[in-house]
Amino acid sequence: MSWLLQGVRPYGEGEPVDVRLVDGRIAEIGAGLGAGDSRPYDGRTSDGTGQVLLPGLVDLHTHLREPGREDAETVETGTLAAARGGFTAVHAMANTDPVADNAGVVEQVWRLGLEAGHCDVAPVGAVTLGLAGEQLAELGTMADSAARVRVFSDDGRCVSDASLMRRALEYVKAFDGVIAQHAQEPRLTVGAQMHEGIVSSQLGLTGWPSVAEEAVIARDVLLAAHVGGRLHVCHVSTAGSVAILRLAKAQGIDVTAEVTPHHLVLTDELATSYDPVFKVNPPLRTASDVEALRAGLADGTIDVVATDHAPHALEDKETEWGAALPGMTGLETALGVVAEAMVVPGRLSWRDVADRMAQRPAGIGRLATHGRPLAVGEPANLCLVDPGAAWTVDATRMATRSRNTPFAGRSLPAAVVATFLRGGRTA
Amino acid sequence: MRRHLLSAADLSRDDALLVLDTAEELATVAARTTVGKLPTLRGRTVVNLFFEDSTRTRTSFELAAKRLSADVVNFSAKGSSVSKGETLKDTALTLEAMGSDAVVIRHSWSGAPVNLARYVQGSVVNAGDGTHEHPTQALLDAFTMRRRLGRLEGLKVTIVGDVLHSRVARSNVLLLSTLGAEVTLVAPPTLLPVGVHTWDAAVSYDLDAVLPKSDVVMMLRVQRERMGPGGERTAYFPSSREYSLRYGLNVRRAAGLQEHTVVMHPGPMNRGVEIAPEVADGPRSTIVEQVANGVTVRMAVLYLLLGGAEPAIGSAPQVSRA
Repeated sequence: MSWLLQGVRPYGEGEPVDVRLVDGRIAEIGAGLGAGDSRPYDGRTSDGTGQVLLPGLVDLHTHLREPGREDAETVETGTLAAARGGFTAVHAMANTDPVADNAGVVEQVWRLGLEAGHCDVAPVGAVTLGLAGEQLAELGTMADSAARVRVFSDDGRCVSDASLMRRALEYVKAFDGVIAQHAQEPRLTVGAQMHEGIVSSQLGLTGWPSVAEEAVIARDVLLAAHVGGRLHVCHVSTAGSVAILRLAKAQGIDVTAEVTPHHLVLTDELATSYDPVFKVNPPLRTASDVEALRAGLADGTIDVVATDHAPHALEDKETEWGAALPGMTGLETALGVVAEAMVVPGRLSWRDVADRMAQRPAGIGRLATHGRPLAVGEPANLCLVDPGAAWTVDATRMATRSRNTPFAGRSLPAAVVATFLRGGRTA
Repeated sequence: MRRHLLSAADLSRDDALLVLDTAEELATVAARTTVGKLPTLRGRTVVNLFFEDSTRTRTSFELAAKRLSADVVNFSAKGSSVSKGETLKDTALTLEAMGSDAVVIRHSWSGAPVNLARYVQGSVVNAGDGTHEHPTQALLDAFTMRRRLGRLEGLKVTIVGDVLHSRVARSNVLLLSTLGAEVTLVAPPTLLPVGVHTWDAAVSYDLDAVLPKSDVVMMLRVQRERMGPGGERTAYFPSSREYSLRYGLNVRRAAGLQEHTVVMHPGPMNRGVEIAPEVADGPRSTIVEQVANGVTVRMAVLYLLLGGAEPAIGSAPQVSRA
């Protein structure tokens, strides 16, 4: 089927135009295109400006929980949530049960994504067997599998052994892989519950010091430079990390980094409620960290926004803070939060949003058909945003199977209104 | 505060003084009765919900409730449904359905009383949560200081030891500053929280410099697992011997205190580590009084929270800090 998107604005720029999608590609862009036998999509907004047309968003960091915790999320529900959030591709993290540390599991997850059909699923392979941090998993076999794994991560755990990290960075060069590091020095974070600082001292919760993240990032950029490997830093959360990354990039080191939507707006003060919906790893930091992250995202030091969508079953969140699992859902709120933190204050344009949430993450994950320019002949992986449609987050009305959104009740300034995957509407 | 006592920060100056004054009154009145009991809370039910062993605190709350003629149920995590995986929420709803008016909770996780307060209609009293707070301990400490020294305003109180992991220290700093005392925390730097500079207290690493100026010296328990050599966590200091030398209240140090200075300890003590036996048992020590005062102060807290007076502690009926 072909679609005619009427009255939309690519990248939110210029006058509204019509965009025709045929056979999974963008076939025509122009003013006043006739509908013909295309199905029309009315992209006009009430203020006459037109919905913002962006490349389909790409998430480098999603926990789909299948296999193992299908009570919290499945590939079906997680990818539906992704489509609702404007995503046309997600990278599914490896910390499932069993762990995605072999070709069998990554191919299973990839196939489940294909069958669900809501968005493309690019499985992430574990760096080490069982995420144990001791022995390299069969990275090459996963790369050569049907799932074509390019991103490898022990996310949830840090590859803390310096020698192992070096070998991983070196080894994946053979198939253009990237090591996505969860930067957390384990000895500095034993029993850690929240950001170590003023609030943790009041609340009597064991601190997770910023230096535990920064020390690992500093080491890893030096290792990446030494071996010429490709490093990606997951969920950067501190001002110090941004400074280290800025320095590393200035020296030409091949490192990329992501920030989560929640780290762009929420702070450790929220822990005073002891409500575990605000427990996340890395933890919410201070207002000055939030500002540094926004500045880093604006100037490109931080390459991408990645959700770290981490659904959890109710019983794992409705408990004491210390007993609760860390993590927040994020797929359906990511675009709205980025609009609030970056677009509304004028720190990112919609074209920049396309860069940080589609083009660069697709590039890091080596997804050839995602994050492409909005141009004739390109794959029709797209999303449409109503930039003026404020909405209130309701945890009970989301596609994700879990309810652990920290944004419940919050009004977000922009909404994803449609998503197209290879020319077919998925949301 | 209001319906619950979750943190010493819930208490305004007037609230705190009301508790202390009420405790004085209750002690006087109870002493005059032949059975040592008051009928005030007859027909009310107080549940002691202890997820962490503490015979001393549980007994203190139990006696306090019984002296006010309340019915008391002791619910300990061991041998109960809690150890079978029941959540705090389910336990709370169960107790609620059985008609408890107040829940006294001790828990190993910081913040558990705050979580509990979201689930129950009755009052929640924090009897110690993780490394967060222990507000009734701070109240009984303040009560003890005022009885011994006649005032709290301007009193120089030195708290010595493992501040980082101490719920007693947190509650005491909050309450004592509310009541106008000047608190100094003394500890090795490893046992002070990173954010301690924002607390309403001075900080020193040098016990000998602070002791002569102190009206009250409160020694905190040092737990064995904080000492070297480290297990999962690196130790906070090299040995109990070195700790005792640098931060222990020994006979020599006690001899240098002012005449009127009192020595306190929330118990249980490590005799010979943070405090010498001679000091713990000496005339300056209030350690046994603290235990007795604990019952009195907890009577006052339960009395005020369960509507023994109008208003109860504080005024607005709202959940603080929730």
